[in-house]
Amino acid sequence: MAQWKVLLVDDEVEFATTLAERLTLRGIEAVTVHDGEAALQRIAVDPPQIVVLDMMMPGLGGLEVLRLIKKNHPGIPVILLTGRGSTKEGIDGMDLGAYDFLMKPIKIEALVEKMKEAVEQSTSVRAKETG
Amino acid sequence: MIGNVKRWLHEFTTDLTGFADYGNAPHRYRRLRRNMIILGMLGSMLPLLLMAVVNYHQYQRALKNEVVQPMRALVNKTKHSFELFLTERLSAVSFIASAYTFQELADEQTLNRIFRVMKKEFGGFVDLGLIDSSGIQVSYAGPYQLKDKDYSEQSWFQEVKVRGSYISDVFLGYRKFPHLIIAVAHTTGTGESWILRATIDTDKFNNLIASMGLEPTTDAFLLNQDWILQTPSKFYGKVLDVCALSYPPVSYEPNVVETWDSDGKEVLMAYTFFVTPKFVLAVVKPRGEVLKPWFTLKSELFFIFVAGVVLICLALFKVTDVMVKRMEESDQKREAAYHGMEYSNKLASIGRLAAGVAHEINNPLAIINEKGGLMRDLIEYSPNFPDREKFLSLTDSIVQSVERCRTITHRLLGFARRMDVEVEVLELNEVLREVMGFLEKEALHRNIDVRLQLAVDLPRIASDRGQLQQVFLNILNNAFQAVDDGGFVSITSWDRDPDTVGVSIQDNGKGMSEETLKHIFEPFFTTKKGSGTGLGLSITYGIVKKLGGDIEVHSKEGQGTTFTVFLPKKAKSDTGA
Repeated sequence: MAQWKVLLVDDEVEFATTLAERLTLRGIEAVTVHDGEAALQRIAVDPPQIVVLDMMMPGLGGLEVLRLIKKNHPGIPVILLTGRGSTKEGIDGMDLGAYDFLMKPIKIEALVEKMKEAVEQSTSVRAKETG
Repeated sequence: MIGNVKRWLHEFTTDLTGFADYGNAPHRYRRLRRNMIILGMLGSMLPLLLMAVVNYHQYQRALKNEVVQPMRALVNKTKHSFELFLTERLSAVSFIASAYTFQELADEQTLNRIFRVMKKEFGGFVDLGLIDSSGIQVSYAGPYQLKDKDYSEQSWFQEVKVRGSYISDVFLGYRKFPHLIIAVAHTTGTGESWILRATIDTDKFNNLIASMGLEPTTDAFLLNQDWILQTPSKFYGKVLDVCALSYPPVSYEPNVVETWDSDGKEVLMAYTFFVTPKFVLAVVKPRGEVLKPWFTLKSELFFIFVAGVVLICLALFKVTDVMVKRMEESDQKREAAYHGMEYSNKLASIGRLAAGVAHEINNPLAIINEKGGLMRDLIEYSPNFPDREKFLSLTDSIVQSVERCRTITHRLLGFARRMDVEVEVLELNEVLREVMGFLEKEALHRNIDVRLQLAVDLPRIASDRGQLQQVFLNILNNAFQAVDDGGFVSITSWDRDPDTVGVSIQDNGKGMSEETLKHIFEPFFTTKKGSGTGLGLSITYGIVKKLGGDIEVHSKEGQGTTFTVFLPKKAKSDTGA
């Protein structure tokens, strides 16, 4: 089922790696990076189908990284994770082009569901564009 | 001793003027009121009292002068009349003594003729006699048989020989009626001396006194300088009695003294001493009579003073009352505002703290969640895992516990959330019905009587639907928790005034104590031990305030609680929390 690849961006290494492992178990290839710069570099060399991005990170913040991804790779959907429970932050993120946002701690099923939706939508858009 | 007094005085003045802060003690305003009244009284009454005292003395002096002056004048005038009367008679006798020779006067016929002329021209003469140098009356004209009477032993005879003239005190003498004598000594060129002596009737004195025109209560009389009455007095004795009044200081000018008569009555006595003869003229008036106008004025003065004091007191009490009440009110308002501010600050800082804590906890919680989840995944994905069921249930319980924590942290974050208010024009009744919809099942299940009393013509208001739902849901949840099964909850809406609408939610539940009421809107305050976060009503309070409204709560233990929410019809322009 490993048709697509997800890039997990979170400064909490334990969280990111464990989540990646769980996604892998569910047949989703997950790559983890732990800061914004690394995420942008990774996308540049190996663009994933989807990015799951934590909003609170040292250095480049989640929203800034999101802006840069949307600028350079508008086709890649981004799902935001927020530890703050702030709807406003999430809405700001969606205004910048995020597909959706989830509050930590997340339910893995909900995340997988959202990712599928996002990837399907983006592939269909891309199909339309190429077709 | 002096130190003690000083300290006490200092404490007293400090207490009076310091308006010390007695905190919220209920006697604080009573004390303030008392101090203000005392100070006000001192400030206004002292000058008034001083003025009254000064006025009192001034008026007393002025009035007394007004009374005393005429008395003096009268005494002086009458004294002159007396003096004139006596001088005239003395001159007449002197003239006769000079104009006639001893031989002429010794002739009874001549003496009788002279006596008749004198009586006719001057009046008051009773008799006239000629006494030779040895004291024998050699001739006599008058009603009595006094010829050849020897006067040589009498003191006046010696005196007149030395001084040349003499006016006696009043005496009864042989004649048994009051009279006085005037005697003049005459010495001829040959050195021979003789005396002409006349008796004068004191009726003339009485006439002089009667001519003073005195009031019935006023007494006037002539005395000699031994204080023996020479004319009858109305109140103080008959002729030749010692006057019942005390002897005044000697004064040849008219003088006035205040004294007491034998009845202890206060009297004013105007008097003057005569140089010659040695008489005293006195006019006596009862003091009360004299000072009647003064007493009238005094009572008027007193009345004005008392009226002034009463007026000042009334005004002072009223003004002080109003002022202290205002102060109390403004203090209360300030306190309430301060309390409110403190409260919002508390809410804000607790909000920040809660958000911080929730966020910090959320990250490790997320890790636990993932680790637990991974464990569960691993067990699930390997069918031969030993004790599979057991471990599955263990990991499930970890995940569930995380889920519970997540609920709490999200609620905390929600409490702190500063969401923008989304204002729309809405039907408040509709919002209330929607919210009731959430609770319908519970109401049915617990047989709770929900009464909707919604104003039909309630105007639409501009507010945030989601926030309002949260507000009413919170309050209704509380109401539902407070009532027993079968209780009632009523929701009432009404058009309160041109600017606001009101919604009240009343229940007949267990109610709240006053202590609980005091803290009801404070974050983390809860009576539901273990099951509540204590945030519901503080969130409600925060939202209502944010929407520009107000919330009130009334409750009685055992009877129920009423929450009343007032909302502005127009949205608050400043929606910042």
